[in-house]
Amino acid sequence: MILEQLIDIFLLVFLAIISIAVLRIRDLFTAVMLFGIYSLTSASLFMVLDAADVGFTEAAVGAGISTILMLATISMTGREEKPLKKKGTMLPLAIVVITGATLVYGIMDLPPFGEPDNPVHTHVAPRYIEQSPQEIDVPNFVTAVLASYRGYDTLGEVVVIFTAGVGVMLLIGRRRKRKEGISNE
Amino acid sequence: MSDHLILRIVGKFLIPYILLFGLYVQFHGDFGPGGGFQAGVIFASAFVIHTLLFGLESAERIAPQWVLKIVAASGVLIYALVGVAAMLMGGNYLDYDFLAADPIAGQHIGIILVEFGVGLTVASVMMLLFFTFAGRGEAS
Repeated sequence: MILEQLIDIFLLVFLAIISIAVLRIRDLFTAVMLFGIYSLTSASLFMVLDAADVGFTEAAVGAGISTILMLATISMTGREEKPLKKKGTMLPLAIVVITGATLVYGIMDLPPFGEPDNPVHTHVAPRYIEQSPQEIDVPNFVTAVLASYRGYDTLGEVVVIFTAGVGVMLLIGRRRKRKEGISNE
Repeated sequence: MSDHLILRIVGKFLIPYILLFGLYVQFHGDFGPGGGFQAGVIFASAFVIHTLLFGLESAERIAPQWVLKIVAASGVLIYALVGVAAMLMGGNYLDYDFLAADPIAGQHIGIILVEFGVGLTVASVMMLLFFTFAGRGEAS
């Protein structure tokens, strides 16, 4: 138990350090790499919470594909961030402090972490856990919930991914074709 | 990257195992962690490695963009058609109970088909995204 909490604290502190480092660093290549490490650390955190599917996705998408896509973007745009123009820092600081205070105030109303009678554990989760062996008979509940109980949502997610692909190809895919056409002439 | 001999050989050695692991995650999603989303990303990452090591042209010869576009659309179509099939068999949209005589068998068929559609779309869209970005980088 204490060991688990130590791991939690270690990972969370690590996340905080990485996010501060991302903000401070001007070299975009380093920032992208730090984002990859951030995703991998979050994946470990999800594994500590026994959310293997989420951790898996975070490691594959967050640390893998999005790092590669950001690197590809950097190869087009250059790796140095433009220097910031110094403006008044009081207003942004006030906004951040007020938002943070509101969030911390909101946290106080949350039910205690990990309690079995929290709303999230008493709503639909017991039904999925108790009924899905009879109704769907798939050993991994997560797959049963994603693909069957929440089939509409997953269909929506697939359409979102498809739309994102179409959008990228429309925005930056066409330019290349035109260039090829010019070079062919 | 083409003159990095060690990277090329190690990459060549790893790519089939990555593809195999992607297929395992795809079809083992009912039993362990994983499913179409993760499998699609892993499958696409093998092609990303291939592109990094052997260049965009070589990767696009294996997976031409027009094929990927068709596969991406057909993944969504498979998912949606499973729902229509359930309606034609007498149930609600995406109610897999009606896909087979036994509701549990129907659920299994539905989940496998739907996850297959997800995997196809995710893998091909990820590859298309990367090829588009990489193509821009090479052109400019």
